[in-house]
Amino acid sequence: MNLAAATSGSGYLPGSTRDWSTTGPPLSRSSADSAVRPLTGGGTVFPFRTMPQTAASAWTWENGALRDMATDTVAAAFAADADAQEPEAPDDEVSSGGTAVAEVSRVAAPGSEAPSDELDLIARARAGDGAAFSILIGRYEGKIFRLAMNITQNREDAEDVLQEAFVKAWEHLDQFQGNSKFYTWAVRIAVNQALMKLRKRKSDRTISLDEQIDTGEDMVIREVAAWDPDPEQRYSRDEINGILTEAIDGLLPIYRTVFTLRDVDGLSTEETAEALDLTVPAVKSRLLRARLQLRDKLTRFFKRKGDDAFAYM
Amino acid sequence: MLTCKQFLTELTDFLDEKTTSEIRGKLERHITECPNCWVICDTTKKTIQVYKGMESCTIPPDVHARLMAAVERKMASCKK
Repeated sequence: MNLAAATSGSGYLPGSTRDWSTTGPPLSRSSADSAVRPLTGGGTVFPFRTMPQTAASAWTWENGALRDMATDTVAAAFAADADAQEPEAPDDEVSSGGTAVAEVSRVAAPGSEAPSDELDLIARARAGDGAAFSILIGRYEGKIFRLAMNITQNREDAEDVLQEAFVKAWEHLDQFQGNSKFYTWAVRIAVNQALMKLRKRKSDRTISLDEQIDTGEDMVIREVAAWDPDPEQRYSRDEINGILTEAIDGLLPIYRTVFTLRDVDGLSTEETAEALDLTVPAVKSRLLRARLQLRDKLTRFFKRKGDDAFAYM
Repeated sequence: MLTCKQFLTELTDFLDEKTTSEIRGKLERHITECPNCWVICDTTKKTIQVYKGMESCTIPPDVHARLMAAVERKMASCKK
């Protein structure tokens, strides 16, 4: 991981007229200094008093947390997109091995490229070449296992899911049409197997990755503080890995899964939607929530030293 | 002028560079004027970058061995 690269850079957004990437936004003001405060180092006067007309209308305190007043509106917007014809997750063994597998004929959206030899490996595996299939397994077993762990939160179940996914992939390889990446196809099988595990574990309720969990809590912004330019210097590599893992483990499975596929594994939004049998708007709404929640969790560790949360209110 | 809530609804597309140039211009203007949204945007972007750099996952050798054994059993019973 290159945290230094992730947290440095000369500019934040191309075309921004004000670059706060190195200085952060204006420093916090005291109550006696609420009118105007100069930007750090730049000498530019930031008219703070004019800003809260926008910000104060959208951010407020609630139960000790900074709550984005947009939450309700945003949640309503997300509820609307989630209502928009989200396909049911396949719910039985037939669909996981049949329907879901067969549905890969949809045209794959642009995303990260599969290795160039992948189609050749699949063709050989389809012809019965076990060695070729083993190479595919080696390429994706780690990601599939992590995905299964993300959903089941249980090592034993995740291992079962891993085995079942690749066994089914071998069994149904002739249904893979090559219009999507092998990984996307394998993920879809694994997700179905993982959901079946959850259903067996909690037989009294239906489990799916597209269930509504619009509590509003997941859009609460608790920490608004600029990050230290080099926060990794405060932590060892193991500590950073621990922080990142703990943060992502704290997400609900639907957020964790979408975030992992989209932002860690690098699938496109469309591929993530295909793999999880969700609509693109549903993926986007879950991704936003996941990103905001992780940002919130990491801010506790990475915020600029001496910079209090809520300093900009 | 966008509101903060409008900014937040567009944040994912903004970070993924999927917005139209018109919307992007509005979003960029917003963060030059709103420190809160600048912080949210900047730290969310860094969050994504930090996770992109996570080491690829490896599975324990015993899990790999059992996986290969299961697949080989299937291959043996279901010759293509």
